[in-house]
Amino acid sequence: MEGEELTEQETALYDRQIRVWGADAQRRLTRAAILVYGINGAVAEFCKNIVLAGVGSLTLVDDRGVTEEALSANFLIPPDETLYEGKSLAELCSDSLKDFNPMVRVSAERAGDISGFSGDFYSKFDVVVVSCCTLTTKKLINDKCRRLSKRVAFYSADCRYSSGEIFVDLHSYKYTKNKLDEAIECELQYPSFEQEATAVSWSKLPRKMSKLYFAMRVIEKFEEKEGRSPGGVSITDLPAVLKLKNELCEAQSLKESQIPDALLERLVSSQIEFPPVCAILGGVLGQEVIKAISGKGDPLKNFFLFDAFDGKGVIEDISSRDA
Amino acid sequence: MASQQQLSAVKGAKVLMVGAGGIGCELLKTLALSGFQDIHIIDMDTIEVSNLNRQFLFRRSHVGLSKAKVARDAVLRFRPNINITPYHANVKDPDFNVDFFKKFNVVLNGLDNLDARRHVNRLCLAADVPLVESGTTGFLGQVTVHLKGKTECYECQPKPAPKTYPVCTITSTPSKFVHCIVWAKDLLFAKLFGDTTQDNDLNVRSSDAAGSSENSKDVFERRKDEDIEDYGRRIFDHVFGYNIEMALSNEDTWKNRNRPRPIYSKDALPEKSIKQNGSVEKNGSTDDPSSVSAMASLGMRSPQDVWSLMENSKVFLEALKLFFTTREKEIGSLSFDKDDQLAVEFVTAAANIRASSFGIPLHSLFEAKGIAGNIVHAVATTNAVIAGLIVIEAIKVLQNDTKNYRMTYCLEYPTKNMLLMPVEPFEPNKSCYVCSETPLSLEINTYQSKLRDFVEKIVKAKLGMHSPIIMHGSALLYEVGDDLEEDMVANYAANLEKVLSELPSPVTGGTMLTVEDMQQELVCNVNIKHREEFDEEKEPDGMVLVGWSQPSSTEKKEENHRVSDVGTSNSSRPIAELNEDAEISTMEETDVVPTKKRKLSTASKNATSPSSSKVPADTDNHGKVEEIDDDDDDDDVVVMLDGNPDNTKTRRVVTSKNLCV
Repeated sequence: MEGEELTEQETALYDRQIRVWGADAQRRLTRAAILVYGINGAVAEFCKNIVLAGVGSLTLVDDRGVTEEALSANFLIPPDETLYEGKSLAELCSDSLKDFNPMVRVSAERAGDISGFSGDFYSKFDVVVVSCCTLTTKKLINDKCRRLSKRVAFYSADCRYSSGEIFVDLHSYKYTKNKLDEAIECELQYPSFEQEATAVSWSKLPRKMSKLYFAMRVIEKFEEKEGRSPGGVSITDLPAVLKLKNELCEAQSLKESQIPDALLERLVSSQIEFPPVCAILGGVLGQEVIKAISGKGDPLKNFFLFDAFDGKGVIEDISSRDA
Repeated sequence: MASQQQLSAVKGAKVLMVGAGGIGCELLKTLALSGFQDIHIIDMDTIEVSNLNRQFLFRRSHVGLSKAKVARDAVLRFRPNINITPYHANVKDPDFNVDFFKKFNVVLNGLDNLDARRHVNRLCLAADVPLVESGTTGFLGQVTVHLKGKTECYECQPKPAPKTYPVCTITSTPSKFVHCIVWAKDLLFAKLFGDTTQDNDLNVRSSDAAGSSENSKDVFERRKDEDIEDYGRRIFDHVFGYNIEMALSNEDTWKNRNRPRPIYSKDALPEKSIKQNGSVEKNGSTDDPSSVSAMASLGMRSPQDVWSLMENSKVFLEALKLFFTTREKEIGSLSFDKDDQLAVEFVTAAANIRASSFGIPLHSLFEAKGIAGNIVHAVATTNAVIAGLIVIEAIKVLQNDTKNYRMTYCLEYPTKNMLLMPVEPFEPNKSCYVCSETPLSLEINTYQSKLRDFVEKIVKAKLGMHSPIIMHGSALLYEVGDDLEEDMVANYAANLEKVLSELPSPVTGGTMLTVEDMQQELVCNVNIKHREEFDEEKEPDGMVLVGWSQPSSTEKKEENHRVSDVGTSNSSRPIAELNEDAEISTMEETDVVPTKKRKLSTASKNATSPSSSKVPADTDNHGKVEEIDDDDDDDDVVVMLDGNPDNTKTRRVVTSKNLCV
């Protein structure tokens, strides 16, 4: 592989992980540029993981200030309120992350209005991770990434109390799979978030489909319809959420029991993320981003769903079934 | 729901964490964020550079400091109002006794070695405190819950013995690179730089070859006023040239093997080539002996490169020279350490030259270091996921939510669509010698084996006891302790050297011995069965303990066994000690297949059809997984079925219980 050799310092620091994914993968990582738009607890975990892994650069965007919710599951925010003055969440997290690995360039940018970021802005990155944003913003950024001639891997991570999901869009992704000493060329086609979240007909999905997938869509729709900020649904909204669920089930010809009321109740019961779930989502997301950059290993396609209630971490490939 | 009940359970809990390494750092952070207020953490290790890629609470400036203490300070920076009590100590210290363990509501393990895991398991059983156990290697990991009487204990499933190699494979007929590494590390390195009073099979062989043991002993000693390069070349020629020629003269050995090629320094290197540019002086001027490097003084950079025979020969001679010129004081007391650059260089070069003789592919220093140091693969992400799962189980334990306990596997490839796969915990194994009172049987030659053999090979190595007391009825045969009378100490020392049948209270076939460890509060009864003969290759201990592990795991085929622990054994003792460094562990395959089927009434039917459900993993994820088909029930659980006991492959599932953190 072309490119610079790892330095002695890098080899010593990354010794244990080079033994997992090899020196080539490590070289690719050190050249990768990552954009994070929106920082929740799960994404804070993700940031820690990829800074430790030694990516080239990490750019954080989140203009919000520190809130009680943000503090609860984010260990990157210092507890000293005097430090918050005039600083965005992204700036505070960036300060902490810089310390984790001096070989990674960590920076924060002000978003202002995200629509102002043109497609060119995203082409500077290899990976874009979004969270804490509205459905509209999520779709918009996903779309901009897909329009670029260069492949920019798109991920979203959402955690609702003790459950969460990761969405992956690698557009068109080629990689080599080693099976029994044989190298097999693989190509995967990913659909966009819009296609999945809104265009897939629920009744066509298999009966064993993760119920969490549907529940996440219901709450997402509710937020959009009511104009709520991301994660801004609470237990007092439950009756309205259940009503929307029934409407959606009817429109999509899906049995109402496929989205248990108890599950929806759990998802809206707290606006605080459950830290163990953040660790799990951030860990899996980190692993996936490393896979996509290094070209090593089968990437996740295209939803990962975890629910602390049953402890299952499930992968659902929704596109293939609809196609 | 973030119920009040859950919050108060978490807030009021007193938690003991054992290990502040890869899993430990993640775990401490997640516990603190989750609202835990009283956390105690034990770790005997200090921070190393190679920890920093995943142990995110540590920085370069912390290298050399206590992990437990630095981890505490780092977490207090984002959660200043909680209590974290660090102990920079070994969990096996007597201070951490049953009374200490009883103070906690739950114990969480993030350990890296079998020995400490077994110790903590026993203390948790004795103190009746629930234990959440964990381990990771690369992308694989697992979390298990152990509650006395309710679920299996950590030792209910037998743990495969560390990998060992027959002595003759190491000394005469290596066929894999790992054999060359063991030879270079445990024989040659130990011979040249280690304690010369220790037995060494290299010594035995060369004395055979040289005819007189007196002469051969001198071969490895530097003669008075001998030029260091002449000495190096003499050693080189002896071990890679002369000894190979001697071995070749034994035609029988090579009938079905490729004959090795003797290598002499004059063939591998131009004469006196390495006497160049005063490199010794340059190296010698540094104060820190650990910074001395043969690669550096030869201008070689990349640890990823595979060196040629000539380069290996240069490194061999240069490293040997540097030991004698810059680290002479240490010679005679050195033991191999994977963090000792010069030692790694020497072992890499020696192993490669030997590999070259035997037509075995050469390896880079990076690879050789991994093999020689038993370095376990580790990444931050798996540790983070596992830590999250530990906290989820710990909260269930604190709420006494027994029916929802799960053991969870973190997989590299999805199984049944799952990357994180929860499984119902298994019931205690009724024949477990640790958590049930099942007696063990020992087949031993009572007229030949000494009490010392029994103590070293069985009580310490197999039963994992540290301060044992051995009794025959009411007669004390042996005990360990600081407060023993002098005459007792002398008495026990004398007993150690006696064969079993000649002890003051003779131990013969039919005797029942009681072995007890006071700290672990573990008592085992051992039925002695006299047996005359043992197979030297298959039963190198000269004794066989029945009941502590099952036949299917002790008779694993070598090719099925991932080489993870480099060690060799001969008829009397293992050559390599297990290193207990934080970075090192015996990576052990775990058998998650239970000894008992459960929940599924059809389990026995499935158990006889090994291919009923395959785990689609490349190498290690062999196992049979069956999902209960309860359709719309949200709470469906995956059950592992009993494997076909004859098929060791199907028993080896998912990942390891004894993994690095």
